[in-house]
Amino acid sequence: MTGAFRAPALDIRDLRKVYGDGDAEVHALRGIDLLVPHGDYVAVMGASGSGKSTLMNIIGCLDVPTSGRYELDGIAIAELDEQQLSLVRNRKIGFVFQSFNLLSRTTALENVELPLIYGGVKHEERRKRALAALNLVGLSARTDHHPNQLSGGQQQRVAVARALVTSPSLILADEPTGNLDTQSSYEVMALFDQLNAAGRTIVVITHEDDIAAHAKRAIRLVDGLIVEDTRLAAADGLPPRLVRQTAEV
Amino acid sequence: MGVGEVFRFAIRGLRANKLRSGLTTLGILIGVGAVILLIAVGQGSGAAVQARISNLGSNLLTVTREAGGTGRAAASRTGTQSQTSALTVSDASLLANSDEDPDVSLVAPVASTSETGTYEGASSSISQVVGTYPSYLPISDDTLAEGTSFTTAQVNSAAKVVVIGQTVVTNLFGTINPIGQTIQMGGVPYTVIGVLNAKGGASTFNDPDNVAIAPLTTVQDSLTGFGSLTEIAVQASSASSTTAAQAEITNLLIEAHHVTAATEDFTVTNEASLLTTEEGTTETFTVLLAAVAAISLLVGGIGVTNIMLVTVTERTREIGIRKALGAQKSAILGQFLIEAVLLSVIGGALGVLIGVIGSRFKIDGIQPVLVPTSILLAFGVSAFIGLVFGSLPANKAAKLHPIEALRHE
Repeated sequence: MTGAFRAPALDIRDLRKVYGDGDAEVHALRGIDLLVPHGDYVAVMGASGSGKSTLMNIIGCLDVPTSGRYELDGIAIAELDEQQLSLVRNRKIGFVFQSFNLLSRTTALENVELPLIYGGVKHEERRKRALAALNLVGLSARTDHHPNQLSGGQQQRVAVARALVTSPSLILADEPTGNLDTQSSYEVMALFDQLNAAGRTIVVITHEDDIAAHAKRAIRLVDGLIVEDTRLAAADGLPPRLVRQTAEV
Repeated sequence: MGVGEVFRFAIRGLRANKLRSGLTTLGILIGVGAVILLIAVGQGSGAAVQARISNLGSNLLTVTREAGGTGRAAASRTGTQSQTSALTVSDASLLANSDEDPDVSLVAPVASTSETGTYEGASSSISQVVGTYPSYLPISDDTLAEGTSFTTAQVNSAAKVVVIGQTVVTNLFGTINPIGQTIQMGGVPYTVIGVLNAKGGASTFNDPDNVAIAPLTTVQDSLTGFGSLTEIAVQASSASSTTAAQAEITNLLIEAHHVTAATEDFTVTNEASLLTTEEGTTETFTVLLAAVAAISLLVGGIGVTNIMLVTVTERTREIGIRKALGAQKSAILGQFLIEAVLLSVIGGALGVLIGVIGSRFKIDGIQPVLVPTSILLAFGVSAFIGLVFGSLPANKAAKLHPIEALRHE
């Protein structure tokens, strides 16, 4: 994972985002610098209006910055057109949303297969990988269930399976536990810890300190600027919760 | 990603809202069905007119009397109603014998009336009792099924003989062989010497088989009197020479009646051209029907657009999810376009079915005639409508910004 020639997962330089014109101008991001190596586990914190959603949209290639550089896994995102952006979203990023965002009337397995379909993966290969991902999140027994037949925690785990099925460079989670009870939240965060321990790069947007404590690094945004950047554990080590559990055993 | 996958997404989308998809399909179904059926009805009535033209004998001309010149203009010039000359047998023989009408092949003077015919207590109204010369039969395209026609000698001797049509046979004789029997018309006994073949193509107003044909002299003697002829029937030498024959007859009669073109006291009618006009009317009628049907198809198409716009709005979030997961614009466009095309093509196919089944039944006395090209056209148009009317909503879906789409509740 720490190959000498591998570009960092995220390389953000003086990123700015302005909405509107003239008097109505809103500076959502005022110059963000952020370097995230592969294998890192970053929590982005901030109150609403701090710019964390804007940052998340830009990192997720759903939006483009007004100025500044953004490289994802060595790819300069600002220079891409819409079609290339959707390709990057498909191959390089796995999204986990607060409201799960699974397709209704579609089974768990089909939901997990969806990014592979858009990635052009053949049928058998697709099924194999989707089943493996569902197995990883502990839902092998629920592959044929529709979202409305699953609990919130289970739905979010399907969403996590969908996010990691393409083996993306980055898993981007936006308030992943915002709609979950404590137990389900714990399960989902434990899942993220395991994924990170297995080498996945994860960025979690949250406003809860509890959730941020799972990460190896916590960043706090205020008014479009990073005001705090705390390293909680080494980027190439285990995530802090797993370290503690391991120590306790 | 494959077209097959996009197709599956589209079918799933349609099945998610079966009632709505069904009703939208119904709009196209009615449109396509109406186009096929109404064109078939138009075609059917056209075919009926065609059949009547060929029954008539396409090179038939008739000369009839016209009282008072050619209407108001002539009347006001002379101050009074101009003298009306009768159409006479000598007019007919002039037309038959003159060298100045090479396009006229046969001429028959006609005195006709309607009369009740009776046979042993059975009685029937015969709409056309025709007194004429033997040449009338070939002119009117009548052929004998049984017996013989009368001869010129019988005309000269005013023989009381008659040739009757199939309707008269049915009404008066039923199953009895009419040949040699005697029927009464206007109190005069006529011996039936021949029976005509059925012409068919009957309409409510005009049954060409309800006819009795007898020598001119006999009919004038007993039924119509020796006044003017009802008409002079003329056969042109060929269908293409009817116009020339019409002009020649007009010239000869203007001279014979001592009138001018402005004060003509007769009219030469080209029966075929009359029916051709009627055929033209039928065509206009067909076009009108097709236009009405096309409008209903258009309305159906707008229904597709409407429902697809609703679908796209409803599924904005789904579109956002798909885009976040890396769906290309073309994949979203394809999905919704295929949904729209499927709606209209399924509607189109069912419409073809309804149209074809519907055209097997008589509609308002007209047997519809299916036009294969109308089926292809209607079906093709329905598919095209799906593409055109689906492209607006599909484009809207494809252009949605993923962030806004994801925020949509």
